[in-house]
Amino acid sequence: MDPHYLLQLAIQGILLGGLYGLIAVGLSLIFGVMGIINFAHGQMMVMGMYVSYWIFVLLGIDPYLSLIVVAAVIFVLGYLVQATVVNRILDYPEAMQVLPLVAVGLVLENTALLLWGPDYRSPQTALSLETLWIGPVMIDVSRLIAFVLAILITTGIFVFLKKTRTGKRIRAASDNRMGAILVGINVNRINNASFGLGAAATGAAGALLLPLMPLSPHMGHDFTLTAFIVVILGGMGNLIGALAGGLILGVAESLSALFLPATLKQVVSFSILIIIMLFRPQGLFAGKK
Amino acid sequence: MLKVSGIDVYYGDMAALSNVGIDVNRGEIVAVVGSNGAGKSTLLKAISGIQRPRTGTIRFNDTEISRTSTSRIVEVGISHVPEGRQLFPTMTVLENLEMGAQFPRARKCLPESLKKVLDYFPRLKERLSQKAGTLSGGEQQMVAMGRGLMSVPALMMLDEPSLGLAPVLVSKIFEIIQRINQQGTAILLIEQNVFHSLKISDRGFVLENGRVALTGTGEELLASPHIRKMYLGL
Ligand SMILES: Nc1ncnc2c1ncn2[C@@H]1O[C@H](COP(=O)(O)OP(=O)(O)OP(=O)(O)O)[C@@H](O)[C@H]1O
Ligand SMILES: [Mg+2]
Repeated sequence: MDPHYLLQLAIQGILLGGLYGLIAVGLSLIFGVMGIINFAHGQMMVMGMYVSYWIFVLLGIDPYLSLIVVAAVIFVLGYLVQATVVNRILDYPEAMQVLPLVAVGLVLENTALLLWGPDYRSPQTALSLETLWIGPVMIDVSRLIAFVLAILITTGIFVFLKKTRTGKRIRAASDNRMGAILVGINVNRINNASFGLGAAATGAAGALLLPLMPLSPHMGHDFTLTAFIVVILGGMGNLIGALAGGLILGVAESLSALFLPATLKQVVSFSILIIIMLFRPQGLFAGKK
Repeated sequence: MLKVSGIDVYYGDMAALSNVGIDVNRGEIVAVVGSNGAGKSTLLKAISGIQRPRTGTIRFNDTEISRTSTSRIVEVGISHVPEGRQLFPTMTVLENLEMGAQFPRARKCLPESLKKVLDYFPRLKERLSQKAGTLSGGEQQMVAMGRGLMSVPALMMLDEPSLGLAPVLVSKIFEIIQRINQQGTAILLIEQNVFHSLKISDRGFVLENGRVALTGTGEELLASPHIRKMYLGL
């Protein structure tokens, strides 16, 4: 086996894994605060991609430049989903929380289908075809930028949660809901902000992914699933675990190209899911219940 | 300052409190005692707006608060140190304390409040950067009380602060409750440690099966044959 090829795959895996990490951090944050799994997470990411796409097509603004706007739009989307749907179902048994969020995902997916049709779209952004050689290893520039920005955004989220007043309130609500209510935190508002922030993370990841893969309304499921697997891998509600899990899954998927056809890539993530559920259901890094 | 009148609180169809009335005056320590399941914690939850009463009124400084949000209730000066402490386990002791000061009035005097809390509980000084979840039970109780003080309450409600603590620490906690009270904070104290709590209280209420069975000054209650028989085993 060619070691350069191996290295190449590993690096590609890490770069994509950074994006998985960002998506999963969003999912894990939402789970940590509300104990809810956002089954519309991938679809929200796709919405981020479409917003980014249309800003690019209509206004000619590069996806990297419109990133903040895209994140803000998806933040509002997440905030509204929380305020209208999720806050009503928070106290329901878990099985009953699944359907409303799956429904949100379906609504988003079909909205995209209705508005933009089923076609695959791949915008030619300024950097989408640029490559970079580091020794014998070839790296797509847009992949590298996506990785760097994903890590920066993730770090930004960590710092936000660690240092700011709202961030601390989010952590408090995630740690102990009743405790947060008792010290006087308006937990409903924190829920909305957390869902918005988690959605914004996945929306931003969508924008970063735009130059890397063709966009279509139906690609959300796979990402919901990927994010879910990453979160289980890293420990539910554990944000650092989510980032690490993203990197691990990215590399594993990428290396699977050595022995599996690309269309069977998901075999890897499902195998990881099954192994984790069997041997370490709490995740590689401890999570919450 | 606090006047609870005729409240009924239900969990589903089950009445946990029926026609309960208690009051706390400025500067007082008032104890509510009763056996397991009598409704003591439910009473505090009703006052802090977590479990709404079906009927009756709760007035704090002459304002009706039985439909007010918990966050507003904290803001106007009631703090609730709950059963089971309800700390933020992955946050540090310092962060836990800071989270107690949510509103501008409390945030403005955060450094002084913190100093006061560390004065009451010097043991927490060396634990400030430790995660609250890794503290001993006694230390967790100190953080819970400290966090409750950080909102600069006019009335502090304590739900079984001595539960599960070693006897030495129990006396210490009661002593600190008295010190907090001497600094001008009224205390509503819930306890199963009937003797100790009535001893430091100005007045007390005995809850039985969700009703106020008996009330009087701390001394009266300690002398009452009913209390001596049912709660003190004398
Ligand atoms: N969330 C709840 N759902 C249903 N019933 C509840 C709930 N919380 C309390 N109860 C019931 O209400 C009654 C009063 O409970 P409460 O917790 O107020 O008692 P307590 O006096 O604080 O008891 P303890 O000394 O054991 O803490 C009990 O019968 C209890 O089973
Ligand atoms: Mg109780």
